Amino acid sequence: METAALVVVAFLALAALAPSVLAPGDPLAIAPLDSFQPPSLAHVFGTDESGRDIYTRVIHGTGASLLIGIAATAIGLGLALVFGLLAGFGPRWLDFGTTRFLEVLFAFPGLLFALLFIVVYGPGVVTSTIAVGLSTAPGYARIIRSRVIQVRTSPYLEAALVLGRGRPSRIVRHVLPNVAGSLFVLATLGIGQSIVWASSLSYLGLGAVPPAAEWGAMLSAGRTYIASFWWMTFFPGLFIVLSAAATTLLGRGIQQRGRES
Amino acid sequence: MSALLSVRGLRVRFGDAEVVSDVSFDVAAGECVGIVGESGSGKSVTARALLGLAGRQASVTADELRFDETQILDASAARLRSLRGREIGYVSQGALVALDPLRPVGREISDSLRLHTSSTPAQRRARVLELLADVGVPDPELRAGQRPDELSGGLRQRAVIASAIALGPRLIIADEPTTALDSTVQAGILDLLERLRSEGAALVLISHDLAVVSRLASRVLVMHEGRIVESGPSASVLAEPQHPYTRRLIAAVPTDRPRGTRLGPTPAVPAPAPSPAPAPATPAPATSLNGNSGVTPVAGRDSAHARRAEARTPEFPSTPVVVAAGLSRSFGARLAVDDVSFTLQRGRTLGIVGESGSGKTTVARLVLALDRPDSGDVRLLGKPWSTATERERRPLRPRVGAIYQDALSSFDPRKTVGQIVADALTHGRSQRAGVEVADLLRRVGLDERVMNRRPARLSGGQQQRVAIARAIAPAPDLIVCDEPVSSLDVSVQAQVLDLLDELQRDLGLSYLFITHDLGVVRHVSDEVLVMRAGRVVERGATEQVFGAPQHEYTRALFASAPRIGGDLDLWPVPSVGS
Repeated sequence: METAALVVVAFLALAALAPSVLAPGDPLAIAPLDSFQPPSLAHVFGTDESGRDIYTRVIHGTGASLLIGIAATAIGLGLALVFGLLAGFGPRWLDFGTTRFLEVLFAFPGLLFALLFIVVYGPGVVTSTIAVGLSTAPGYARIIRSRVIQVRTSPYLEAALVLGRGRPSRIVRHVLPNVAGSLFVLATLGIGQSIVWASSLSYLGLGAVPPAAEWGAMLSAGRTYIASFWWMTFFPGLFIVLSAAATTLLGRGIQQRGRES
Repeated sequence: MSALLSVRGLRVRFGDAEVVSDVSFDVAAGECVGIVGESGSGKSVTARALLGLAGRQASVTADELRFDETQILDASAARLRSLRGREIGYVSQGALVALDPLRPVGREISDSLRLHTSSTPAQRRARVLELLADVGVPDPELRAGQRPDELSGGLRQRAVIASAIALGPRLIIADEPTTALDSTVQAGILDLLERLRSEGAALVLISHDLAVVSRLASRVLVMHEGRIVESGPSASVLAEPQHPYTRRLIAAVPTDRPRGTRLGPTPAVPAPAPSPAPAPATPAPATSLNGNSGVTPVAGRDSAHARRAEARTPEFPSTPVVVAAGLSRSFGARLAVDDVSFTLQRGRTLGIVGESGSGKTTVARLVLALDRPDSGDVRLLGKPWSTATERERRPLRPRVGAIYQDALSSFDPRKTVGQIVADALTHGRSQRAGVEVADLLRRVGLDERVMNRRPARLSGGQQQRVAIARAIAPAPDLIVCDEPVSSLDVSVQAQVLDLLDELQRDLGLSYLFITHDLGVVRHVSDEVLVMRAGRVVERGATEQVFGAPQHEYTRALFASAPRIGGDLDLWPVPSVGS
């Protein structure tokens, strides 16, 4: 299972970094005569309404989709780290304030929150990435806060205090590495989720805009023809599922390994 | 009379590993047989095999495994269940985990009545209250309705026993029934088991504690690595042990060893040689023991120590290491520590003994300045300590070390043994650190190759040695030891106590030694404080306190402590108590 996930992730990474190796064509090149071709040897994933090769578009879209996923997760975790550390280390009133604030954010469904952000700042790849990052932050922040508190009150931190380590040194040497360990797992689990969310936003027309080669946008473009030309939506959808599943599986694998050692 | 339980050639294997080999014994009604051994000796697995509970992965074979008329290995699952409920009572290790945290204990006890007898709820309720009263739970009406977390450890253990004996079983198997209980509580539980035996139940008592077993069992089996290495009447096994392992086990019990005698055999390599004679493997640190060899480029910690000791002797001619005056600390309405004062001199050990809740750990935290006293103060090396700010304390911090009962949780889980010890060196991660860490590990009797391992992979005794290495790394004057050997097997405990003693002599350390174990405290301490409910009830030179305890509580505490056999009476039994 994990090996399969690793293979998929490696393939996606290659597609993101060097799409031309896997699909030499131009993802935006139109060929009106070839429109709506079903999957065949010439067009393995078929073509869309303008005759663009879907395989080429899916491969070239990997970079954008993954980047949105990773960037959104990074934004979410980064914000969460700030909140989590403030709450975990700060004085009691700060912890109280931060935690209540996060609880208010929790009251909104994540996607609604993202939509709100986009309404204010306008659609686009950058805003949708930030929006997804923002809406995942409260969840991460809560996990980080409890982890910080757990480590901060652990016997080994007390042992470091007894050894005469100052507060900055205790935080840098013990708390951050121990929190970062669990953070890494969270991140791998989060990327899959962010990819799905970013695609959802693009599908709603709030993220990447057609004809850009992005999975969510491709889904959106294909939805008109879903009854007659299934391949237009199926293949981008397949890649979304594959990438989300593979990164999540990988995260679980790492988590498991961490538990065993 | 034929035996009630008969075991012949019992073997238990997990995969390829045989954990119980060729164990044979009989238990008659009204008899108590003790099984003694250290963790991993196979004693608990033996007990579980008797109940048909060895588990799915275990393969159990025996020439004979008979309870009364039933061959346990051939019995159906249904027959086993009825056997376990009605005829064999099992008191498991760790009463907290044996009880469902969400159910009142009365319900838990009535389960076996409900499953194995036809009775009305009212009858069952009456029987439960009767049982609880019977096992000495005060106020059974109230207690039956409480959940396990509302009961103390002793009461929980009594509740477990009540459920085990609910149907009047003919055989009771008790696996470490008193481990983790205070000695006065332990005495009560042992009395209860003894009463059940005298009423005709057969008893199999499993323990790592020779004293506990010798108090109840008429016959003892000593288990080691899955085999019975010695068996016979308790008195003769304890008085004249034949097998070397039994002898080692008895010798390791610290109670009758005066201060300064070794408990274990002289350690083999790589344990450090206390004399300066250079061991071939460790020439550099061994010679540097002799003091002023600061010129040696790879000077060990010992030389740093010696230099420091020389340098500071004139600095504090006779300053006590710790002076605590009138310490009090309360948590909410509860006064955890009430007006405690003491003085600890250089190179001496002050033992603080008391039961759980007596405030001894709070005293340790106050001395470590992990907590502030409400009133009173602690001075360290003649300087203000508890009244200082953390910043002012920091330069003095390296002069105080600590070792804890649970060594593992005091290590950062992401670090290796080498990193943990290196972290404690005052100069951090310098070039010399690697060499010094290796020296320190050898000093505490560990192979330096453990440096790259994670502490979770080490045994309990090795973990405690790593903790000691870390504690002595910054060349401290004082080490606060909070129950450092309480979760270790008796022979490992002996090694650790020997090590601490050796380090004290070589490095001039002072110890504040906190324990609930009277034998340990007597072995290690020069002076002792007996604490109860936050107050010091008795204090004095160790031999004086143990020889002629003045306070009533001290006498009761000593009377309740299990001792090994009549011939080996260790201190005069005061005529108080049980």
